[in-house]
Amino acid sequence: MTKSDLLTAILLALAGLLMLGAVVLVFGVAPDPANLQTPVERYSQRIFYFHVPTWWVGFLAFIVSAGAGVLYLITRHERWDVISLSSVEIGVAFTTMGLITGSIWAKPTWNTWWTWDPRLTTAAIGWLMYIGYLMLRGAIDNPERRARFAAVFAIVAFLSVPINFMAIRWWRTIHPVVIGAGSADAQGDFTLGPTIRMVFFYCLFTFTVFYFALMSLRARTEWLTRRVEHLKQQVIFR
Amino acid sequence: MRYLHKIFAVIAKDVVAELRTREMLSSMFVFSLLVILIFNFAFDLRAENQRTLAPGVLWVAIAFAGMLGLSRSFIMEKDRGSMEGLLLTPVDRSAIYLGKMLGNVLFITVVEIIILPIFVVLFNLSAADIPWLLGVMLLGTIGFAGVGTLFSAMAIHTRAREVLLPVLLFPVVIPVMLAAVKLTAAILDRLAFDEVQNWFSLLVAFDLIFMALAFILFDYVMEE
Amino acid sequence: MIEIRKLVKAFGNRAVLKGVDLTVAEGEFLTLVGPNGAGKTTLMSVISTLSKPTAGQVRVSGYNLADGAVEVRRQIGLVSHKTLLYDDLSAEQNLHFYARMYDVPNVNTRIETVLRRVGLWGRQRDPVRTYSRGMQQRLAIARAMLHDPPILLLDEPDTGLDQHAAAMLSNLLHEVGATHRTVLMTTHNLERGLELGDRVAILAGGRIAYQADKSELDARQFREVYYQSVEG
Repeated sequence: MTKSDLLTAILLALAGLLMLGAVVLVFGVAPDPANLQTPVERYSQRIFYFHVPTWWVGFLAFIVSAGAGVLYLITRHERWDVISLSSVEIGVAFTTMGLITGSIWAKPTWNTWWTWDPRLTTAAIGWLMYIGYLMLRGAIDNPERRARFAAVFAIVAFLSVPINFMAIRWWRTIHPVVIGAGSADAQGDFTLGPTIRMVFFYCLFTFTVFYFALMSLRARTEWLTRRVEHLKQQVIFR
Repeated sequence: MRYLHKIFAVIAKDVVAELRTREMLSSMFVFSLLVILIFNFAFDLRAENQRTLAPGVLWVAIAFAGMLGLSRSFIMEKDRGSMEGLLLTPVDRSAIYLGKMLGNVLFITVVEIIILPIFVVLFNLSAADIPWLLGVMLLGTIGFAGVGTLFSAMAIHTRAREVLLPVLLFPVVIPVMLAAVKLTAAILDRLAFDEVQNWFSLLVAFDLIFMALAFILFDYVMEE
Repeated sequence: MIEIRKLVKAFGNRAVLKGVDLTVAEGEFLTLVGPNGAGKTTLMSVISTLSKPTAGQVRVSGYNLADGAVEVRRQIGLVSHKTLLYDDLSAEQNLHFYARMYDVPNVNTRIETVLRRVGLWGRQRDPVRTYSRGMQQRLAIARAMLHDPPILLLDEPDTGLDQHAAAMLSNLLHEVGATHRTVLMTTHNLERGLELGDRVAILAGGRIAYQADKSELDARQFREVYYQSVEG
């Protein structure tokens, strides 16, 4: 067992323990928000502890992939390509979960699975963009070029997120903005008490640890896959 | 000066090649007309809602026609290896980017200039709006071609080249489409500039940011 | 003059060039032979700045590849198995475009000179797509010589040519070689390699396996060395 294997194991164990704690806190400790009246609204609100950290991880993953892309273009070390790819894969998985959990919450609250609310639209666009990243990688045979183009795309894609975000702010939105200033038209908005806030930040932290655990696992697997491929080719092409 | 001279040489070369066949311009033109026609059937554009749909229809037509032009842009370079010939010249890669990008802007603009009067007639719009619409079109086209040229240079090295370009490009240029549609609608509805100034700024900012970004990143795309 | 030191080029995990050391002296015609997949084209594209080396040094006419890529490109004319031409443009338009990119002075007279040299003057207004493969390859040579580069790189220039066209190309290359240019040519054709070069080298398994002046070796011995190094 190498040092990085040990790190992966520790991170995974930590993430698992934190996650158990999160389940207890979310269902046992966190109170109902004061302004939600119907039971359906109260139950569905709890998805917030899962939904928001999921998007946070997606966002974090895409920052990491863009940063790793920059580092790859500068250093040309394959390590950064592995990190960028792993991070996008995890990001896509989490944003997919974000879209699904969002829909589950939207059905009872907005009475529809999906609306073309700009924030939802932007989320869907971002998700498509990174599906595009994976398709781009899949369509290039030369590994060096694949890494280079993926890095370029990851940088462009990530920088387009804030511009997309700005565009949506100017559209009328019904999505609640629980952190920061929200729109008066938002539906399903709820207020955060101190306990809710504490549980929420705990969940955010848990998911962040979970992200790093998955990252170290995925990056390690990818790295080993490539080494096996390399060794195979050495045997065949010698 | 030499740098500008070379940018111009790249544009001139593309223009001469296109004038010989006119393949790309004619297919872009016919394609954009078809898009407008298909929208007519799909949405059954009746008199009362024509004006509200017009900006969207116009920009979808431009985006699709532009996509055709962009994907041709580097395929022509790749086919006989002239791409390598281009890269062998003692010219900064960014000059090649600017040359190809401005060439793409030129081709898309030519198509826009041709379809705009037809569009004005079909949607019963006022001819006085044409100069303003052209201005918005130019800004939108620069944003579209700025990233599009970079992605087109990447897409030709992939297996699914024509198919992949729209998948990569459309999500990134959505702010351009949104801003362009808003500004076009504002012109048709005779809104004051103040009301859509933020969209105008967004469009200009997008053009500048993504042109600068593509300008820097093009170097990395152009290695063999 | 081309100096290559410990050049390594890897694609991902796979090294194609594994430490190439080679010097082409001023005015020398060196042919590099090797089987398909030995890394000849990769070597050419590194020297011509199209791809970046993973490790090692390349100097072309004293300019370092790493920091003087634009200068290196000015020194080099490349003829590859691809024509590097625009099919829709005429010979004249192709050369005109490249002349502008290379800052060639007196463009029109220069174009006429190189076109006459390769025997295409008279067809200069026709689009390249109407040319035969042999004519296209001659135009590719004209393109490579347009800016009068001190160094010519010829990457399998006879690929896809019929016998007549290949003979014509050989003559042309003889002439080019006689004008004191430094020439590096790759080929998988042993006979042509021996016929044209002042010196021959063998690239096999990503390394220079053998090199010698032509005066020092006879053809049969060279062939033996070649097959040994390719199989060994």
